[in-house]
Amino acid sequence: MVGNIAMRSIDRPDRQAATPTAASVAGAPNAHARDARSLPDTPPVKAAAENFSFYYGQFQALKSITLPVYEKHVTALIGPSGCGKSTLLRACNRMHDLYPGNRYEGAIRLLPDNTNLLDPAVDPIEVRMRIGMVFQKPNPFPKSIYENVAYGLRIRGEKSRSVLDGRVEEALKGAALWAEVAHRLNEPAFALSGGQQQRLCIARCLATDPEVLLFDEPTSALDPIATASIEELIDQLRQKVTILIVTHNMQQAARVSDFTAYMYLGELIEFGRTRQLFVNPVRRETEDYITGRFG
Amino acid sequence: MIPADLSGIQRIIRRNKRRDLIFAIFGFIALLIGVLTFLALFLQMAFAGWERLTPEFFTSFPSRRAGQAGILSAWVGSVLVMLVTAVSAVPLGVAAGVYLEEYATRSLVTDLIEINVTNLAGVPSIVYGLLALGVFVYAFGLGQSILSAGLTLGLLILPVVIVATREAIRSIPQHIREGAYALGATRWQVTRDHIVPYSMPGILTGVIIGMSRAIGETAPVITIGALTFIAFLPESPIGPEFPWLNFEWLKSGFTVMPIQMFNWTSRPEEAFQQNAAAAGFVLVLMTLAMNAISIWIRYHLRKDIKW
Repeated sequence: MVGNIAMRSIDRPDRQAATPTAASVAGAPNAHARDARSLPDTPPVKAAAENFSFYYGQFQALKSITLPVYEKHVTALIGPSGCGKSTLLRACNRMHDLYPGNRYEGAIRLLPDNTNLLDPAVDPIEVRMRIGMVFQKPNPFPKSIYENVAYGLRIRGEKSRSVLDGRVEEALKGAALWAEVAHRLNEPAFALSGGQQQRLCIARCLATDPEVLLFDEPTSALDPIATASIEELIDQLRQKVTILIVTHNMQQAARVSDFTAYMYLGELIEFGRTRQLFVNPVRRETEDYITGRFG
Repeated sequence: MIPADLSGIQRIIRRNKRRDLIFAIFGFIALLIGVLTFLALFLQMAFAGWERLTPEFFTSFPSRRAGQAGILSAWVGSVLVMLVTAVSAVPLGVAAGVYLEEYATRSLVTDLIEINVTNLAGVPSIVYGLLALGVFVYAFGLGQSILSAGLTLGLLILPVVIVATREAIRSIPQHIREGAYALGATRWQVTRDHIVPYSMPGILTGVIIGMSRAIGETAPVITIGALTFIAFLPESPIGPEFPWLNFEWLKSGFTVMPIQMFNWTSRPEEAFQQNAAAAGFVLVLMTLAMNAISIWIRYHLRKDIKW
């Protein structure tokens, strides 16, 4: 972050307490979130957390988060371990519903239909069918490469072999894996390298055309070369799909994301365009974190 | 005492290695006691019964003359009873195990059930026999039949199957489940497409262990009234007409290998002792064969499952 101090003095933004989203998020209490509207060319909002709080039993892991996720852009969640970034990500496809004792408050809205993903009346399966997720550790099923990619389609009832073949190929191409596996689709997925497995997991999500893709530290179990290939892939995917990514690697957030949210102890400390947040953070805590003085 | 120099370090290594060796010897002896005891029993039966192990021994009914007696009704009975046992215990045990692991939310009730299931595995088999006599033979009117015996032994091994199923399911990493749920799978889809297939090797191992125990059970089978001398075969399970299945054999009276053995050992004539040894040898072989099959299946299924 060379030049950090100098640049900050030039384009210091207004510090008004404001809502981060254009349309859907109203009355955000998070005074520190940067107003994205003050930036030129704000893309349409695809999803937005509104006063979202989350509890593991008695423990409040997230405190009234209000955060927009812009359509066909990459939003990164950064912050030290335990800050709640993964908890927030996993709430977006109701993974917390799998375990007892978890409680949501507030809303995460998916646009344009304005569905509150956390509404108990909304089936978590519906949410998961619309929003894909890639996990920290590559988790292909112990099945063939083909069956891994086809699984999302199979549980949606697709039986036609030709449709499956087409979608599997398309998804593998979308995940930049087709060239490497086209000739061995029936081999077990665990025969692939770690980076290939992670791209397979991405293909598995892409096969069903999700509206939003969630990445939960997708490269933390990978070597630098595989990491670079995943980052390159994320860069391509942003043209087609809205991406929310959790990373503990700040350089990665800076490289792949358009918007960044810095979280600490369950609170959203700052949100803004990635470049702006890294070069010219509003909050002292953010600056301390991204300059490595803390965390 | 922390060694000060190289020779001190080497002395300590020597001492530690001596302890290593002492345990290795102790462990090896412990192993030998088990293996040699089994081997001695097995070989003794084999030598004692060797002359009787002719093809006729397998194709003859029991007889008052030891030289003509065979184990036909016994091994057929054992196989059929095991069939009923497997068909009844496997679906019930697997379903119960899957339910406890994947569906039930943890509560006092499921904890109680869990403790109960574990305890059931330790209930003496004669108690199952008494229960079955009251429930299957009289209350349900199934009589002293292959069906009653199979269900009784099925009940006996049910806890083993449940516990094995749960253990196998627990070894599936959570991130595999989450991967499936994240694609929008329902609980049943996750169970059917992932949980059951991936836990199959473990489940099968449990089933076979249970079956090897059941095939040697005598007490509960005697309690429900297995015959000790039987000179007929149940009707064939394969019928002459469509659908080529026949279920009359379920109602048939029967005997099983351990009962036939017991019957022969209780005779005073030396020749019958020989028969008993031969039958025992065959019974042990049946058990070993089942174990071999389970090891083979497990090996082949596990090859494709990795995370």
